[in-house]
Amino acid sequence: MWKTIKRWYHQLGSPRYFYGFCNAVLPWLVPIALVVLAVGLAWGLAWAPVERYQGDSYRIIYIHVPASSGALMGYIAMGVAGLVALVWRMKMAEVMLKALAPFGAVLAAVSLLTGALWGKPTWGTYWQWDARMTSMLILLFLYLGIIALQSAIRDPRQAARAASLLAVVGVINVVIVKYSVEWLQTLHQGATLKMVGESSINDAMKYPLLISMLGLWLLYAANVLIRARAEVLSRERRSGWVRKLVAPAGGKGGR
Amino acid sequence: MNPVRKQRLMVVLAILVGLAIAVGLAVYALRQNINLFYTPQQVVNGEAPVGTKMRVGGLVEEGSVRRDPESLNVTFAVTDGKGTFEIHYQGILPDLFREGQGVVANGTLVSRDRFEADEVLAKHDETYMPPEVQDALEKAGHPGNAGKTDQNARDGGGYGGQYGDQ
Repeated sequence: MWKTIKRWYHQLGSPRYFYGFCNAVLPWLVPIALVVLAVGLAWGLAWAPVERYQGDSYRIIYIHVPASSGALMGYIAMGVAGLVALVWRMKMAEVMLKALAPFGAVLAAVSLLTGALWGKPTWGTYWQWDARMTSMLILLFLYLGIIALQSAIRDPRQAARAASLLAVVGVINVVIVKYSVEWLQTLHQGATLKMVGESSINDAMKYPLLISMLGLWLLYAANVLIRARAEVLSRERRSGWVRKLVAPAGGKGGR
Repeated sequence: MNPVRKQRLMVVLAILVGLAIAVGLAVYALRQNINLFYTPQQVVNGEAPVGTKMRVGGLVEEGSVRRDPESLNVTFAVTDGKGTFEIHYQGILPDLFREGQGVVANGTLVSRDRFEADEVLAKHDETYMPPEVQDALEKAGHPGNAGKTDQNARDGGGYGGQYGDQ
């Protein structure tokens, strides 16, 4: 088991192998992600039962929760990639760090927007500076900070080191987002879906939610692979295999 | 692991742990400012200052809502099982306002047992169920969310545990 993981780590750490891996996986991953997401959303938005107090307005959960969880998981993945990039100076970790940020930032923004839209009819307010909402806003700023840092420094390796540190340190905020509703008094309610124990959502509402979450996570993964593949080609543009790849079919290698 | 990497790992972990402790202490020290509202227990115990603008939160006590038929004036009691006080509000309450459900009110504490609200927000809990399921639960003798206050105070389900901590 450990040996297989280690082999994967080293294989995917090679840009050339990673490029092949993306090409093999993406033609399957993209349609699967889209279908799963479409099934989850259609089921949740159209067929799931109404909520006893909130009526139909609770349905925004099928966008809000997948987006929020995706943004949090994406940030944790960036933290791990950042740690590997800082300690082992692994190039692919730097590539992943860069590839993870944009979609994660979009998801964080979607989470905040849908949260505000949901807050108005249920709580009676778009926004309160409670710990959950504020820490989620900080998460968005951290994502934007990482993107900005990467584009502010020209040398990609230098840029990756700066961004890595921010990514690793920012993981603390993910912990605050997750536990703010338990440790502090907030307007936002506690977690509905629980890893252990029974979730406090009816099954007929839970299954479409889980499917939407899976669909959005797969879509995020596909987006990361697409971005990482492009980044690999750009970084390795001087290496033999990329030159051969982009050379015209005649094999003369350009003019 | 080679020594250079090991050292780098230690440095990164040290930064992370140090910062986590710093943030943790800061949040702990500032929790009264970060907490969105005072709990009924804090209001009754005198931890909440009288006469200043603040937010309070708690469960609307069962059977305590009194509406003035002539105006938009409404008074209700909020509780967390460890303290109870009255909130007076003039205006339209949010749709999710219900007896036995959580609210957060923004306004001024006039005295230890009376709060003048400028704004009332409904807090909703983390349970989602269709109306038929709720009906079935009530028929089976299980109190649904109506009549949950006492149950909450007893077993700490839903809000009880959360409100009762400090």
